[in-house]
Amino acid sequence: MNKLDSKIPEGPLETKWTKFKSTVRLVNPANKRRIEVLVVGSGLAGASAAAALSELGYTVKCFCFQDSPRRAHSIAAQGGINAAKNYANDGDSVFRLFYDTVKGGDYRAREANVYRLAEISTAIIDQCVAQGVPFAREYGGLLDNRSFGGVQVSRTFYARGQTGQQLLLGAYSALSRQIDKGGVKMYNRHEMVEVVMIDGKARGIIARDLVTGELERHFGHAVVLATGGYGNVFYLSTNAMGSNTTAIWKAYKKGAYFGNPCFTQIHPTCIPVSGDYQSKLTLMSESLRNDGRVWVPKAKGDKRKAEEIPDEERDYYLERRYPAFGNLVPRDVASRAAKQVCDEGRGVGPSGLAVFLDFRDSIKRLGRAVIEERYGNLFEMYEKITGDDPYQTPMRIYPAVHYTMGGLWVDYNLMTTVPGLYALGECNFSDHGANRLGASALMQGLADGYFVIPYTIGDYLADEIRTGSTPTSHPAFEEAEKSVKERIDKLMSIKGKQTVEDLHKKLGKIMWEYCGMGRNAEGLTKALGMVRELKKEFWSDVRIPGGTMEFNTELDKAGRVADFIELGELMILDALNRKESCGGHFREESQTEDGEAKRDDANFSYVAAWEFKGEGQEPVLNKEDLKFDVVHPTQRSYK
Amino acid sequence: MIASLKMFYTTVGRKLVMALTGLFLCVFLLEHLYGNLQLYKLDGGVAFNEYGEFLVHNIVIRAVEYLLFGGILLHVLDALFLTLHNRKARPVRYAVSHQSGNSSWFSRNMGITGSIILVFLVIHLKTFFISHRFQGVDTSMAHDVAAAFQSNWYAALYLFSMVLLGAHLNHGFQSAFQTLGWNNHRWMKPLKIVGTLFALLMMIGFGSFPIMFYFDLFGVASNILGQ
Amino acid sequence: MAETINLKLKIWRQKNSKESGRFEIYDMPGVNTHMSFLEMLDVLNDRLVREGKEPVAFDHDCREGICGMCSMYINGRAHGMLKGTTTCQLHMRHFHDGETVTIEPWRASAFPVIRDLVVDRSGFEKIMQAGGYISVNTGNAPDANSLPIAKVKADEAFDAAACIGCGACVASCKNASAMLFLSAKVSQFALLPQGEPERRERVLRMVAAHDEAGFGSCTNTGACEAECPKGISISHIARLNREYLAASLVKE
Repeated sequence: MNKLDSKIPEGPLETKWTKFKSTVRLVNPANKRRIEVLVVGSGLAGASAAAALSELGYTVKCFCFQDSPRRAHSIAAQGGINAAKNYANDGDSVFRLFYDTVKGGDYRAREANVYRLAEISTAIIDQCVAQGVPFAREYGGLLDNRSFGGVQVSRTFYARGQTGQQLLLGAYSALSRQIDKGGVKMYNRHEMVEVVMIDGKARGIIARDLVTGELERHFGHAVVLATGGYGNVFYLSTNAMGSNTTAIWKAYKKGAYFGNPCFTQIHPTCIPVSGDYQSKLTLMSESLRNDGRVWVPKAKGDKRKAEEIPDEERDYYLERRYPAFGNLVPRDVASRAAKQVCDEGRGVGPSGLAVFLDFRDSIKRLGRAVIEERYGNLFEMYEKITGDDPYQTPMRIYPAVHYTMGGLWVDYNLMTTVPGLYALGECNFSDHGANRLGASALMQGLADGYFVIPYTIGDYLADEIRTGSTPTSHPAFEEAEKSVKERIDKLMSIKGKQTVEDLHKKLGKIMWEYCGMGRNAEGLTKALGMVRELKKEFWSDVRIPGGTMEFNTELDKAGRVADFIELGELMILDALNRKESCGGHFREESQTEDGEAKRDDANFSYVAAWEFKGEGQEPVLNKEDLKFDVVHPTQRSYK
Repeated sequence: MIASLKMFYTTVGRKLVMALTGLFLCVFLLEHLYGNLQLYKLDGGVAFNEYGEFLVHNIVIRAVEYLLFGGILLHVLDALFLTLHNRKARPVRYAVSHQSGNSSWFSRNMGITGSIILVFLVIHLKTFFISHRFQGVDTSMAHDVAAAFQSNWYAALYLFSMVLLGAHLNHGFQSAFQTLGWNNHRWMKPLKIVGTLFALLMMIGFGSFPIMFYFDLFGVASNILGQ
Repeated sequence: MAETINLKLKIWRQKNSKESGRFEIYDMPGVNTHMSFLEMLDVLNDRLVREGKEPVAFDHDCREGICGMCSMYINGRAHGMLKGTTTCQLHMRHFHDGETVTIEPWRASAFPVIRDLVVDRSGFEKIMQAGGYISVNTGNAPDANSLPIAKVKADEAFDAAACIGCGACVASCKNASAMLFLSAKVSQFALLPQGEPERRERVLRMVAAHDEAGFGSCTNTGACEAECPKGISISHIARLNREYLAASLVKE
């Protein structure tokens, strides 16, 4: 039976959310106190959800694996947050933001969800300003906007190059307020390791205290996952070291479908890899492309310094290929173009896997002071990492894994296929289709947490007011804890030869090579075998030092990498299945004559929602057909 | 009143006490220096002694005297309390610590400079204040000053203490304004300069007495002692 | 510049908060100078795990200098000797061949050691929970542009808000005071009109929470400002003092 009921409200697109809000079932205030909600993750989506739910009166517990909610990786987002305020008077509107997002996502997102997102976007800005988030302002005292990769209006609000930080600190402050009031109990340095199911509904989690190693049982009438993306499946990504898939992977194994797992965003402007000790990649905000020009030498293997290459020997390939958008083409397009020139042997830097991002002309045009004002902190960061001064010599950049559009399949209410289990923010699949536009991740995280879940969760919880809380001595908790303990003991008992990092790096290499920027059937098939082999290798040869009941970071990592390996397999299966190219998913078999991605709407205009069928069994593909009532899919063109 | 005193219990409140008493003592130093400068009048100590008499017989000054001792006591006790409190805040010290890389020597050694100044103050009070106020010696104050500085060790101690006083004030003066919240882009730099100038003025001003009297420069000592 | 250097690492090892710790010395030959400091420790840990030993535990997450998780006292300086830099952004090209590098955890009674270089910074959480927010429930905010804020004020509020909560200010303060952290939040809200309604209550509660968490008092040495990876100015502490004074005098 297909459980994929997206529950999209009836009626015209523009009124769906309004109608939903005014007809959704409510939980009365007295009952809310007796209803417990578990929120896993404390980034933009998690912190805002925990705060908003507690403000409504629910009893909330919130979990994060870091030492404070303020560390969540939302903090690293640099560029900005979109909102259809039209403060710039340049023709923006809710519809245009909706349209840009659907188009940017290469027509693989759900219209109704995206429209809601665009509608809510304006309230987010209001909310954040009220919280004291110091957005950039103009001299008149009003908010400043800038334009951001892939769109032609200025709708991006920003706080220097640290917008994610400021928004997260805003959500964190709202969360702190609720903790102080007693509405939220915060569990720092705790990792969710299992979902507890009772009578087919999510009723709690098993969490591991990362300091003591203790396993804890927590009951909740509903469980909200807001655990971010799984880009670290590639080992190297711009994600934080701790970002992981464990929570959503456990949910998948308990029956939550996984939507479009292969949709990965490769960000075009990251600092290139410098050696095999490299632990992570650092993003340089996309906003740099507003004033920086991307180029490589026209000749192959040109090893001269950038300054020594005259203009006529430079290939400003984005401006050449995409005259309308130039350096501002969407991320997937820019990334692929960079890969192509490097594959042609025209890459720069010691590895040949980099292109130049040059500010020479804008410094000449605007003056160094203006560039410093706009990008000072990014330039500084670049210099710290590479030792080069970007005011003097062009930056070297290369694409890197940055965001995962795929995630747990959710309906309009953000509920997964497991009743009572919700997924918010990057860990769901819902709003970005096959490619996310710049400055939209922050928007989605906060929309889900502040403005969507507080309404939609009530629809489910309205039936739960008589449920009372289940004691954690319930056999389902026993069983879940036992399975977690067995798995940990098994991991510790392997005592093999390879470190967790070794195995993670191997996985990353396979995924980047065969399931990265370019994918084809042959490579994917090969990778599938390799990942399956790697899984066996992991479970027979991993070495974890230390003990179980102590602070043991190697053990934490081992559990996460074991899940990444399994997820890697699913991503490959999904990439194999989707024989079209769309957004960040580029199947080499499906391209136009001039090398652009070619969609196949006739056969693939659906969300691939994968269903777990048991260990060792092939997952089953369920399809949610995408209907476009308002926007008519066309081949994207940025020329 | 009791309720509002609560504000001084917190770490911020206590350092307000340090700042307020510190600045009050700065005012006193200025006044004290003015008085001492009378010694340079080469009038056989008359002006200085008259000034001293005025202080003793003026009712307002006598009242301020209590305030002064109260201020010193508060400044010292508060410093003691804060030092102990701050020690407790870092029970395990660093094996390697390069604080010279992030802060000035003056700012880190207020406790040491302050303690030595306190020791000096006790001796200083015993030499001049207690003997005259309570023991009723019949020599003039000017005479005692001039005589005291003929002693090697006292002149040296005095000079040394004044150097430390300068060091103490160099941080203390501007620090007090920071504590009172006067630090902003416009004021902090000027205040720091004024603080250093004030510290130098006090150090050179007070420090000049042991030197001038010990070496009898310009005949300041012999003018009073009458040799 | 040499591509590789040889180092000796002197690292604080402590099994948990109860047991006492000690320094251990590790030879680190052939350190690539393009590595970050944490990547250098990754290499050490990789070796330790292979040798059957326990790796050095340290906090880290984003490795982009923004999450504030990394926290090490390197050669007597918080986050090392480089100005405006977190440990994760410190690269080995700043060290010399043959150098001994001493690595210690933050030292403060309010930051007890959890393991090796990992400390418990929940004192910061307590300060934030005492008033590091503007009490506005979700959904009832006025239009964002209905409240113009002078650019200079907004910019200065941003300067304060840039705090990453790493704890370097506490670590480098000779009194283990958290005044810079505390003042950054108080100052941010004191500069913005949104912070006005709770202004007095906020500063009093946050100062009380600071003291209760066991941090020391500020003696204006300026070490925090010098070591802050985000360059937060002690003028925010002055503003905090001002706010405190005003709040105390007006209240009751």
